[in-house]
Amino acid sequence: MAAQPVPQIMKQGRVIPWFYLAPAILVMAFFIVYPMFNTIYLSFQNADGTGSAATSCIKGQPCWGIFENYRYVLTAELDFSSPGAIWNSFWVSSFGNNIKWILFMVSGTVIFGLIFAVLADRVRYETVAKSIIFAPMAISFVGAGVIWKFVYAYGTGGTQIGILNAILTALGFQPVSWLTVPQVNTLALIVVGVWIWTGFCMTILAAALKAVPVEMLEASRVDGANEWQVFFRIMVPTIAPTITVVVTTMVINVLKLFDIVYVMTGGNYGTDVIALRMYREMYTNFQTGRGTAVAVVLVIVILPFVYMNIRRFLEQEASR
Amino acid sequence: MNPPKLVVLIQRIPLHLVIIGLCLIWIIPTLGLLVTSFRPIQAINTSGWWTAFGATPGSREYKQFCAACHGNDGKAIPAANLTDPKLVNQFSRSLQLLAALRADFNGQPHMQGKPLPNENQTAQIAVYLKNISGVERIPRFTLSNYIDALMGYRGTATYQSDCANHTQSSDLHCDLSDLLNPRGIGRAFINSVIVTIPATILPILFAAFAAYAFAWFDFKGRQVMFGILVGLQVIPLQMTLVPISRIYAQLGLNGTFLGVWLFHTGFGLPYAIYLMRNFLGSLPRDLFESAYLDGASHWTAFLRMALPLSMPAVAALGIFQFLWVWNDLLVALVFLGGTTPVLTYQISNMVTSLGAGWQLLTASAFLSLILPLIVFFAFQRYFVRGLLAGSVKG
Repeated sequence: MAAQPVPQIMKQGRVIPWFYLAPAILVMAFFIVYPMFNTIYLSFQNADGTGSAATSCIKGQPCWGIFENYRYVLTAELDFSSPGAIWNSFWVSSFGNNIKWILFMVSGTVIFGLIFAVLADRVRYETVAKSIIFAPMAISFVGAGVIWKFVYAYGTGGTQIGILNAILTALGFQPVSWLTVPQVNTLALIVVGVWIWTGFCMTILAAALKAVPVEMLEASRVDGANEWQVFFRIMVPTIAPTITVVVTTMVINVLKLFDIVYVMTGGNYGTDVIALRMYREMYTNFQTGRGTAVAVVLVIVILPFVYMNIRRFLEQEASR
Repeated sequence: MNPPKLVVLIQRIPLHLVIIGLCLIWIIPTLGLLVTSFRPIQAINTSGWWTAFGATPGSREYKQFCAACHGNDGKAIPAANLTDPKLVNQFSRSLQLLAALRADFNGQPHMQGKPLPNENQTAQIAVYLKNISGVERIPRFTLSNYIDALMGYRGTATYQSDCANHTQSSDLHCDLSDLLNPRGIGRAFINSVIVTIPATILPILFAAFAAYAFAWFDFKGRQVMFGILVGLQVIPLQMTLVPISRIYAQLGLNGTFLGVWLFHTGFGLPYAIYLMRNFLGSLPRDLFESAYLDGASHWTAFLRMALPLSMPAVAALGIFQFLWVWNDLLVALVFLGGTTPVLTYQISNMVTSLGAGWQLLTASAFLSLILPLIVFFAFQRYFVRGLLAGSVKG
């Protein structure tokens, strides 16, 4: 990890380094390390953290003992009356929605980001165009939520002040209540996410593309490859490691995403996601045990992607 | 041989179309917000923002149904002068106007057999008549949305007109002290600034010391601790909220600025240390060696060399952390809530529970975007650098 030995001349006492480190370590221990373990502990406790989670079991109903909070987190949103009902309820549950978010938002941001990185490279106004795509990264999810809520505005009367429904009605279609129709609404929220994060993916991918040797591209063009072949056979394979990093990073980001849903639908109409559910269990329902259990589940889901990212990162450090 | 210039130009048209099209799609939502925030409430709710630069509202409908008899200026029939406020006042609502259009006039149908306008068109005509007669002149653009949003005005008119008529609600004083109205965006803006500045400086300060130690000190466990640090970066915020809010409840730190500053400091540190250490570690070793040979202590080297030299890293970090804190909703929601609302909290509250109208929402949202956008466009290079390095932050 790139920590070279310090020159002999700079050796110092045993104590002095800790004066430099102590403030940071204390703050991090208090705000990250301790709470992390405490959260795991609390997820096995009851609603207010005063006893084991098993004490909140209700007689005659399913109970997983000490894992009761996890039973609630994993199954409470599902309708077990029939296999079809389980399937249907899953796809409007927070887990089902998070799968949609991962599938559509990650692919959307990466594909748009890649397309834009490749195309913008060929025009003179590259910088301006990229700034425009990147700018949503600077604003808050709340601000983006308001911006898009206005785009999706649905008028029950004749006039549509939301541009999307205005376009639809102008083309002769019926206006759509984008944020309340199940399935449609989650996709509408994902579009907002794509709008925000595409610039991020674009920037990273553009940096990787610039590193692709020009001779390689020229050589393949001379050999008669068309632009599509150059893109799919040369560019994409060359930057594949970067694409992997972007994908894993985006998966982590998507799973932690909370604000867009909170602001635009509040998780209603079947748009709930895991991160929002954690907030609601904790701060609306005051269910400490369940809230922390959601957090732990969230981390467990994220963990493989974090592992991939850190491993990549360590390889990068080693090759420095 | 290269193809002629013109051919290349034409071949490249689809490329330009795709890029410009995508850029437009990316801009239009924000443009809609910006334009709407300057439109008067009546206009916002009756027509799309893209019509704001077009013809006067209702003029098209007026021309279609009325201009033939009443003339383009509305004065063609002296007995029914449409610029007369008294006359127009009788038909100020579209239903009244529609009734008049359906009724007979001097024994003849008012419209003389021509098709009647529908309800929407009638409403537009009513708006137009009120405009030309001066009954209710609606300006094309206004600043009153911003004033209302800043002052926390929630009435049905505007802050300025209510204050002029002394009909303002009891929580408004109609002087500059209204900028501190807890319901207003002005107050929230100030709160956001108070939260953000220390929450940006503190982690960088702590991180500078720790990063120096990781880069230029030799101590036991240096490698292991730095490894842990990399791992800490990716812990999601959600993992730590509950225990911290329980501790804060006991310490009385919930709802205080200090609590939020400390939380953001704790959470910003792993990434800040990591970024600064990498930067400090990449500084030339000879520089530090010769400084020590000249008798400089670590403290002098840190203060006189490391800190000034690491300004690019500090800038990248500062901008990243500033935007992170400024745009954060979750931490503000949990630790500050409604007692000291910041911008994100105030606006999300207006969206979800208060159901504020678009005139307030758009103006408020734009007020919250303006600072990040300025920072972004002014320091784009640093921002991108900080963001790329911090992409795995929790």
